[in-house]
Amino acid sequence: MKFGAVAVAAMLLVIACGSNNPNTGNTAQQPPTANIKPPDKIGPGEGQLNLIAWEGYVDDSWTKQFTQQTGCVVNAKYAGSSDEMTSLMKDGGGGQYDMVSASGDADLRLIYGGDVKPMSEKLIPDWTNFQTYFKAPPYNTINGIHYGISLQWGPNTLLYNTTKFKIPPTSWSAVYDPSNKGIVTAYDYPITIADAALYLSKSQPTLGIKDPYELTKKQFDASVALLTQQRQLIKKYWGLASDEISMFQNGDAYIGAAWPYQTNQLKAAGAPVADTIPSEGATGWGDTWMLATKAPHPNCAYLWTAYVSTAHVQAEQALFFGETPVNTKACAEMDALQAGSCAQYHADAPGSYFDTIKFWKTPVATCADGSQTCIPYDQWVSAWTAIKG
Amino acid sequence: MTSGSPRGPRSRDDASIAIQAAGRPRSKKGGAAGLQAFFWRLPWLRPLLLLTPPLAWFVVVYFASLVVLLITAFWTTNPFTTQVVQYWNTDNFLRIVNEPTYHTIVGRTVFMAAAVTVTDAVLAFPFAYFMARVASRRVQTLLFAAVLLPLWASYLARVYAWILIFNHSGVLNWSLQLIGLPPANIGYTNIAMWIVFSYIWLPFMIIPTYAALERVPESLIEAAADLGARRWRTVRDVVLPLALPGVAAGSIFTFSLTLGDYITPILVGGAGSSLIGNVVYDNVGIANNIPFAAAMAMIPVGIMAIYLLVAQRLGAFEAL
Repeated sequence: MKFGAVAVAAMLLVIACGSNNPNTGNTAQQPPTANIKPPDKIGPGEGQLNLIAWEGYVDDSWTKQFTQQTGCVVNAKYAGSSDEMTSLMKDGGGGQYDMVSASGDADLRLIYGGDVKPMSEKLIPDWTNFQTYFKAPPYNTINGIHYGISLQWGPNTLLYNTTKFKIPPTSWSAVYDPSNKGIVTAYDYPITIADAALYLSKSQPTLGIKDPYELTKKQFDASVALLTQQRQLIKKYWGLASDEISMFQNGDAYIGAAWPYQTNQLKAAGAPVADTIPSEGATGWGDTWMLATKAPHPNCAYLWTAYVSTAHVQAEQALFFGETPVNTKACAEMDALQAGSCAQYHADAPGSYFDTIKFWKTPVATCADGSQTCIPYDQWVSAWTAIKG
Repeated sequence: MTSGSPRGPRSRDDASIAIQAAGRPRSKKGGAAGLQAFFWRLPWLRPLLLLTPPLAWFVVVYFASLVVLLITAFWTTNPFTTQVVQYWNTDNFLRIVNEPTYHTIVGRTVFMAAAVTVTDAVLAFPFAYFMARVASRRVQTLLFAAVLLPLWASYLARVYAWILIFNHSGVLNWSLQLIGLPPANIGYTNIAMWIVFSYIWLPFMIIPTYAALERVPESLIEAAADLGARRWRTVRDVVLPLALPGVAAGSIFTFSLTLGDYITPILVGGAGSSLIGNVVYDNVGIANNIPFAAAMAMIPVGIMAIYLLVAQRLGAFEAL
């Protein structure tokens, strides 16, 4: 009886706090922070900087020098997924965090959630040296307003075992081919649906897929059906890069989507692997340093962004993590640190190269033509649960 | 159950006598005596003060969080920013009821929990019987240490050890090859998951079973022998029924632990190995859809409520 009474009281309390105001989120509107003017110049540093980052993005080898130069002590909180980053950044970073190194699949959620605010590219001297695509990529720039400064990028490549595949695969069809049953792996993440959509955009042109992140119901269902068939071929979906590495090492998987990081690790361990960007192109990720709406140390944040955009730090981070810098001047620095690495990571790629890579962005209901017929991200998530079974 | 009513009032009398004894006025210090007198005049105050902190903890932290979980399950999220919207609806539950994927996952989870429980019961009973009734004191201690030793190592380390056994070039396939058999290739399958779960939760079944078996009076076994029952007959008709509450108590652990686990499926499961826990984890970690995760989390709560009712009928709570 007593517990019952407490439960009812607690329930009433919560109901009283509740409201009947469903907000469906309309992307046709301006992001809530669009009118916040970025500063004209960087003031003196506040002495502290709190970052949410991917592991390996705030390494001592370049952070120490930053602290010596600016007096800003860097405190990093490492997040394991884009969604963990999104939830840590709730309420504009909560007055605790200054910046987040978000990937494209989290960016629009942060921007339209009002958790990040516009940044001024004029305060980042190296911005003019960026690859044209990364000056204003669609995942962090809306209506000409930059909600962050691009950092690094990488493609999702097709990784394969060279003893099993003597003839290198040239198409993503290899991971959907029933003759490879039981040796395929795929990334355990809803955004993998875009990989299937990218393949279908070439193999089934009648579907009319133009952007693998803007799918109509019909296109989405076709992509999900392809992945549902693929499940029979999958040995295991990988969630951590280390899972995929050990599967390729132990002979549990011979082919599957991967990041250049896995290829580098496996090659370093002497495994017979290679990777390729198949003829259909590839999906990819682009990371951005974004400024929290309630950042307590904005000057240190700008100083940090300017610092990590310089050619030398860009090259250092690229080689440390196995990704590609956005600063074109970093190419020479990369070759100086590790001969041939600039070409290996496509840091010298011409603008046309970026047409073959479809960068992750949050799928939203608003299609490119302004209609509300595209499938939003929450449906991607539930479809992914159904695909995995 | 039956002894509940006479015991309650008598123990309260005992308590008040104890309080009266403790509260007898002494003339050393006025303050302490005054306080004791105060407690003597209000006999309910002392148990209240003693019980309030743990009870408050239980109500606020444990019970309230369950209630909040239940309430959250009736909310929704903004599909785009994934922020929780306090809009009352039953869509989350309808989605679970209507989508066959979730039926498969719930069915798989319950089946896995049941399979693990039965496996552990079958493995644990002879082991616990030997420990309780056959082994010498010294061997008993050694076996106890052997059962509890794995619990000292990290859960993750033990699961990873099984991955090394099961994977394509692992110990299992290597051993099979050595004796000329074809490779088993059960790495990253539901069978691997079943074996790992059965291994990990086995101590939780052995110990309650052992406790129940040890409590079986020697006189009953002698009586059975006097009445002409052979050894197996005695085990079947005397020992087994008396040990059943212990097995039921152990099954509460193995069943509920499997029902809520999500780490083993991630690590040793393959394609098509998601359990309820994985759906909850994915909806919190990836989708940020807390209300749907809450609705999904209510399913094991419901299943366990039914399970505990059945276990209580079998006398599991007397054996704990």
